[in-house]
Amino acid sequence: PVNLFEQFQRVANAYFLFLLILQLIPEISSLSWFTTIVPLMVVFTITAVKDATDDCFRHKSDNQVNNRQAEVLIDGRLQNEKWMNVKPGDVIKLENNTFVAADLLLLSSSEPHGLCYIETAELDGETNLKVRQALPVTSELGPDIRRLAEFDGVVVCEPPNNKLDKFTGVLFWKDNRYSLNNEKVLLRGCVLRNTDWCFGMVIFAGPDTKLMQNSGRTKFKRTSIDRLMNTLALWIFGFLVCMGIILAIGNSIWEHQVGAHFRIYLFWNEVVNSSVFSGFLTFWSYIIILNSVVPISLYVSVEVIRLGHSYFINWDRKMYCPQKDTPAEVRTTTLNEELGQIEYIFSDKTGTITQNIMTFNKCSINGKTYGDVYDDLGRKTEINEKTVPVDFSFNPLADRKFQFYDHSLIESIKLGDAMVHEFFRLLSLCHTVMSEEKNAGELIYQVQSPDEGALVTAARNFGFIFKSRTPETITVEEMGKLVTYQLLAILDFNNIRKRMSVIVQTPDGQIKLYCKGADTILFERLHPSNEELMSLTSDHLEEFAGEGLRTLALAYKNLTEEHFKEWFKILQEANTSVDSRNDYLAAAYEEIEKDMMLLGATAIEDKLQEGVTETIASLSLANIKIWVLTGDKQETAMNIGYSCHMLTDTMNEIFIVASHTGMEVREELRKAKEHLFGQSKDLSNSHVFCEKMQESKQDSVLEETVTGDYALVINGHSLALALEGDLENEFVEVACMCKTVICCRVTPLQKAQVVELVKKHRKAVTLAIGDGANDISMIKSAHIGIGISGEEGMQAVLASDYSFAQFRYLKRLLLVHGRWSYFRMCKFLCYFFYKNFAFTLVHFWFGFFCGFSAQTVYDQWFITLFNIVYASLPVLAMGLFDQDVNEQNSMDYAKLYEPGQLNLLFNKRKFFICIAHGLYTSFALFFIPYGAFYNTAGEDGKHIADYQSFAVTVATSLVIVVSVQIALDTSYWTAINRFFILGSIAVYFAILFTMHSDGIFVIFPNHFPFVGNARNSLSQISVWLVILLTTVVSVMPVITFQFLKEDLNPTLTDQVRKLQKARRKQKPLQNYMRRVYRTNSRRSAYAFSHQEGFGELITSGKNM
Amino acid sequence: MKNKNSQGAQECPSRCPDNSAFKQQKLPAWKPKLTAPSVLSSFFTIGVFCLLMGICIILSARSVKEIQINYSDICLSCSKLRENSSNWDKECNCSVHFTLQENMLGDVFMYYRLQNFYQNHRRYALSRSDAQLLGQDVNIENSNCAPFTTYPNGTPMAPCGAIANSMFNDSIQLSYHLNSYTAIQVPWLKSGNSWWSDKNVKFRNPTSYNLSSAFAGTTRPPYWQKPAYLLDEEDERNNGYINDDFIIWMRVSAFPTFRNLYRRLHHTNQFADGLPAGNYTFHITYNFPVTRLKGKKQVVLSTITWSGGSNLFLGIAYTVSGAVTVLAGFIITAIHLKLRKKKTYFQR
Repeated sequence: PVNLFEQFQRVANAYFLFLLILQLIPEISSLSWFTTIVPLMVVFTITAVKDATDDCFRHKSDNQVNNRQAEVLIDGRLQNEKWMNVKPGDVIKLENNTFVAADLLLLSSSEPHGLCYIETAELDGETNLKVRQALPVTSELGPDIRRLAEFDGVVVCEPPNNKLDKFTGVLFWKDNRYSLNNEKVLLRGCVLRNTDWCFGMVIFAGPDTKLMQNSGRTKFKRTSIDRLMNTLALWIFGFLVCMGIILAIGNSIWEHQVGAHFRIYLFWNEVVNSSVFSGFLTFWSYIIILNSVVPISLYVSVEVIRLGHSYFINWDRKMYCPQKDTPAEVRTTTLNEELGQIEYIFSDKTGTITQNIMTFNKCSINGKTYGDVYDDLGRKTEINEKTVPVDFSFNPLADRKFQFYDHSLIESIKLGDAMVHEFFRLLSLCHTVMSEEKNAGELIYQVQSPDEGALVTAARNFGFIFKSRTPETITVEEMGKLVTYQLLAILDFNNIRKRMSVIVQTPDGQIKLYCKGADTILFERLHPSNEELMSLTSDHLEEFAGEGLRTLALAYKNLTEEHFKEWFKILQEANTSVDSRNDYLAAAYEEIEKDMMLLGATAIEDKLQEGVTETIASLSLANIKIWVLTGDKQETAMNIGYSCHMLTDTMNEIFIVASHTGMEVREELRKAKEHLFGQSKDLSNSHVFCEKMQESKQDSVLEETVTGDYALVINGHSLALALEGDLENEFVEVACMCKTVICCRVTPLQKAQVVELVKKHRKAVTLAIGDGANDISMIKSAHIGIGISGEEGMQAVLASDYSFAQFRYLKRLLLVHGRWSYFRMCKFLCYFFYKNFAFTLVHFWFGFFCGFSAQTVYDQWFITLFNIVYASLPVLAMGLFDQDVNEQNSMDYAKLYEPGQLNLLFNKRKFFICIAHGLYTSFALFFIPYGAFYNTAGEDGKHIADYQSFAVTVATSLVIVVSVQIALDTSYWTAINRFFILGSIAVYFAILFTMHSDGIFVIFPNHFPFVGNARNSLSQISVWLVILLTTVVSVMPVITFQFLKEDLNPTLTDQVRKLQKARRKQKPLQNYMRRVYRTNSRRSAYAFSHQEGFGELITSGKNM
Repeated sequence: MKNKNSQGAQECPSRCPDNSAFKQQKLPAWKPKLTAPSVLSSFFTIGVFCLLMGICIILSARSVKEIQINYSDICLSCSKLRENSSNWDKECNCSVHFTLQENMLGDVFMYYRLQNFYQNHRRYALSRSDAQLLGQDVNIENSNCAPFTTYPNGTPMAPCGAIANSMFNDSIQLSYHLNSYTAIQVPWLKSGNSWWSDKNVKFRNPTSYNLSSAFAGTTRPPYWQKPAYLLDEEDERNNGYINDDFIIWMRVSAFPTFRNLYRRLHHTNQFADGLPAGNYTFHITYNFPVTRLKGKKQVVLSTITWSGGSNLFLGIAYTVSGAVTVLAGFIITAIHLKLRKKKTYFQR
C-alpha cells in the first residue's frame, strides 16, 4: 500500500490515475474502466516487484546489521544486546572476527599494550590490517569486568562527521586528560582481527557513526534520453490536447448540425443538454482514448530494457577480471544508453590508468644513481627479457617478485659503503609497515601505501630486512644480524607535511632521525652543508621524474640526547592539547626536522594498467576526449601522458599553464588560443575585447576549424584561477579544443569543478572514472561515474554507477555496451512511438465518421491488451537483443561511436519522423478498410461493414503491420526475436478467438459483445485482401526509404555491416593485428627515448 | 552492499559470469540486410501481384449487377408524413417502379441502405443490453440502455436501448410484371440472413411456455408498432429477439452510410436462376422516418461475387498500389544503378 502511494507520486502514474478517474465518470468514459486499470495494474505490479526486491535486500542487510548481537556491559555483567540498542557510553566487549558495532573508544584488549588489529574493508576497501592502540591507562583495566564497569571517563570530542581518518577528542578520567586520536578509535564497520577480545566505550552509535555519516545520498542521475522523453511526453500531451480540442469542436458542431436531427433516436440525457457541453465532455473522452500515444507501458519497458542491458554488462566475461575475481557491476541501472553518448572522460590517474603497484626502480645514493642498465659499450639500454636481474639468492628472506637490474648497487652493499647502508637502513626503519612472519622465512608486510611497501621490500632484498616491530622497538636484520632499535617517535606522514620521520635509538645509544619525503619539502630542511649533494640529487630526481617515476628524498639527522628530550616535552604538550592539536604537532615536528643530512633519493615505478594505451587510443578514435585529473605533480602526470600516448611527439603543440596569478593564466590561455586559431586571426590580436566577443560568437564554428593535435597541461594552482569567473569560458574554450587535457595537482573538489564546468558549458555527456576516495566528488558530479574496484578502496565504487576492475574494460563498456544500449534504446523508442501513434490515431480519423462521439475503433479488450501483450514483447526483444554491428567491429571501428555523441539516433527530428510514420500508417489503417467496406456486403451477402467487423479488421491489420514493421527494424534475429514476433501474432489470434468465442460470451454477455465476430469476419476473403493491402501500403514506402538511404548514403554502420556480412562469407579474417599489447618494457623504452637528451647529459657527465 | 557482495562470493567461489551464449550476447542470429537484389525482387513481386489482384477484383466487382433506388425521395409524401411524429399510427404505402434491363443471375439480395444514420455514435452504439438479448432476466436500470430503459411507470422495455428502439421497420415487397396485366410476388427468404453465431449464440429468447408469456411484464420500445414477440408471427424460430431483421439491425454499422441485408431471393419458379429482366414494382410500407435526420433510404438489389459487392475501391486500390510499387521498383533500380559507384570509399 505504501508502495502504491509512492508510485502514484510519480507524475506519469498520477496522470494515469487521473485518467482512470475520468473513466469512472459515465458521461465521459469512452472506454471501460479495465482498459486503463489492467495495464496500470500490470505496470504497478512490475514496479512494485522491482521495488520490493530492492527493499527486501536492503531490509535484509539492515536487519542483519541491526540484530547483530553485541556483548554490552550492563550492571557489571556482560549481556547480549542487539546492535540497535547500543547507546553512546556503553562499554562493549568485542571478540575476534566480529564487526565493530559502533564507533568505539578502545579501552583494553587481549594483546599487550592494548593493541588491537582491525580490518577496514567495509570502510575503505583496504584489506590490510590496521593497528589501534588503547591509552596505556585504560589498557591496564584489562579484562576485569568489575573495573571496566566502574569506568567513568568522560569523552569530549568533535561532533559526528564523515572523516574516516581523523578523530580528535579528550578523555577526562580520574582528573586526568588524555588526548584521543584516530589511533584509539574503532570505527563501525571494521572487523576485529588477530585479537581475542577487546573492550571499548561507545562514542557514536547508529546514524552518528562515521560509516553512516559517510553514506551520503547520491544525486539522482538521469540520462539525456530520459529528459528528451519527458519533453516529448509533454509535447505529445500538448498534441493530444490539440486533437482533443479539434474533435471537441467537431463534436459541438456535429451535435448542432446533425445530432439535433438524430436526437429522436438518441435523446440527450439529463446531464448533457447542450452541444457545447457535449463538446466539452467529448474533449475528455478523447483524452482518454488518445492517451495511449504515451502508454503506461513505455516507462516500464524502458526500465526493463535498461535492467536487461545492465545484466548483460554484469554477465560480460570480457569485463571480468580473473585476478581480482570481480566482474563488472552495474550499480545504477538507469544510465546505460548514456554510455553510448560520452564525449568527455575525466580520469583519475592513480589506480585508474596506473596500477598503483609500485616497484623500486632506481635510487640515487650520495650523489650516485643506481638502477640503470648499461650495455657493454656503456650506453643506457632498455630493460628487456634478456637483461639479467640481480640475484638475491644470498638473502633467504628476499621477496622473489622483486627485480632489480643494476648489479653495481649490490656490489656497493657488499663492499660496505656506509652511505648505502644508511640509505637502506632508513628504508627499513622509516615506515609504518606491519610485518607478519607466518612461517620461518616467509615475511608478509602489511603496508599502508604501496610506495612504502616497495621501499621496504627493496630494503629487504638488499639485506636490510625489517622483521618486526613493537610500539617501542623495531627489529631489523641488517646483513644477516639482528639489530633492535628503540623507536622513540614517529612523525607521521600527512598531506601537508608530505614527509614522515622516525626517531630511533640505535643499540649503541645513538639517537637518529630518519626522514623521507617529497624532495621539494625535504630540500628546504637540509643542513646547508648539503648544497652540492642536493643539486646533484635534484638533477637525478628530475631525471627520475622525467621517466615517470615517483620520487622520494631521504635524509637523516643525528640527535643529541638533551636535544631530543627537550623536544619530546614539546611534543607531549602538543599531544595533549585539545583544539588544534594537529597544528601544535605540526609545529613540533617542524622543530626537529631541520638541518638534516641528505642521503639520496628513491624512484619508484608506477606501473600502467594493462591495455591502457590501447584503450585510450581507441577511445580517442571514437572522438571521446580524455582529461586526466590527477593529484600528481606535473612531470609525473605528463609522463604518464606520454607513456599512454595521450601526449605524443607528433602533437603540434602542448600548452603548459602553470602560473600563479590570474593575469598570467589569462595570458597563457590567450596565447594558447591564438596559437590554436592560427595565423588567420593575427590581426585581431590587439583588440582583446573584440576578439573575445567574436570568439564567443564563432565558438562553434571555430571548433571545426582547429586542425592538428593540441594538448593542454594545467596545474592545480592555475586551474583554481582558471575556474574563477570570466576565465572560465576561456579555459573551457581552449581546453575543449585540445585533444588531451591533463590537470595535475588538483584537489578532489577541483576535479568535481572541472566536471561541472564541462557539463555546464559543453552540454556534453561526461564520464568520470576513478578508484579512490578523492574521486568520489568527481564521480558523483559527472553524468556517469565509474569506480575501479582496485587498490585504493571501495569508496569510489560505492559512489559510482558502474564498477569494474580495470581501466581497459572502459573501452568495452563504452564502445560495445554503451553503443548497443544507446542504439537499442533509440530504436526501441522510435518504434514505440511509431507503434502507438499508428495505434491511436485511427481513433482520430474515425472521429470524423462517428459524429465525434469518442467511439473507439477497436474492441475495448484489444485496447487493453495491445500495448501490454500483442505489441510489447517483440519490441522488448528488439530493445534487448538487437545488434547492428557485432562486438568486435564496434571495438575496431571506433568511429561507430559518433552517432551517439551527436545524438543522431533519437532526437526531435527522429521523433517527428516516427510520428509522421505512425500518422501515415494510421491513415492507411483506417481509410483502406473504410474505402473497401463502404456501402458493400460480404461475399455471402451478409454483414461486413458493421462496426464489429470493421474493428476486427483494423485491429488485425494493425497487429500485422506493426509486426512486419518490427521485423523490418530488427537487425539481429535471435531465436527469441523470432519467437516473440511470431508468438505475438499467434497470441493475438488466440486471444481474439477466445474473446469472440461462445462460452465466454454466455458467461459475461456485457463484456464480450464481439461473439462470433472473428469467425465470421476472418473467413471473408475481402477482409484478408484489406489486411494485405493495408500491410503493403504501410510497409512499402518504409522499405523504399530505408533502402535508398542505405544504398545512396550509407552510414558507417551500414558499411561495417556489409563488410561483416562479406567477411563472414569468405571465412573470418580477424583483424587482431591492431591488438598489440604494449608491454611495460616498451613503455619504459619510450620514456627513455623521449628523455634522451636530458638523461644523457646528466649521466654522461656526472654519472659513472 | 559490500556485505552482500562478500556473502555472494562465499556462496559461489568464482564470481565469473557464465559463459552462455545468452549472457554473452552471442546468440546465433540472422542478420538481414536490405540488399539491392532482395529489395528490388520483392518490389517487383509485390507490385505485380497487387496489379493482378487489383485487376481481378475490378473485373469481378464489375460483374456484379446492382440496382439502387432512393425511395425516400420518390415516396416524398410518405417522407413528409413521417416527419411529424404524431402521425406514427397512420399507415403510408408507396410503390416504386423500375425496369431491369438484364437478368440478375445467381443469388440476389435485397438490402436497405441508410445514409446519414449514425449507428456508430458512441452513445447510440452503447445503448443496448446484450444480457437481455440473451434472454437473461436482467435489471435494465443497470444496463447501458439509457435513455430507452423503462417507461415512466416502471415497465421495462424489451428490447431496451436506442439501437433496438430505432429499428428499421419498413416492409418492402417486390412484384414482377410478367406482362402489363399480371404481376406476381417475388418470393424472398426472410431468415438465414444473419450470422449463425448471432442467431444461435448472441441472441436468445427468454424461456417460457410461449413467447408472449416470456415477454410478460415488459413492453415494446416506444417507436415500435408491435411488441417483440410479434415480429414474425409465421415463424417461431424467427420471432422475438431471434428475428433476423432485428438481429441484423442490432449489429451496428461502422459508418453513417451503410446497407443491411433485408431479404434473399427464394429460387423458385421463374426465379430459379435469379431475377429475370423486366418490369418490377417495390411495394413499400413506409414507417421509418429518415428525412427528419437529413438522411436517405434506398432499396438495393444486388448480386455478389467472391470479393463481395460492387465496391470498386479495393480493386482500384490494389491496382494503384501495385502500379506504384512497380514504378517505385523501376525508379529504385535506376537510382541504384546510376549512383552506386560513388560509395566505394571506406573510412575507419
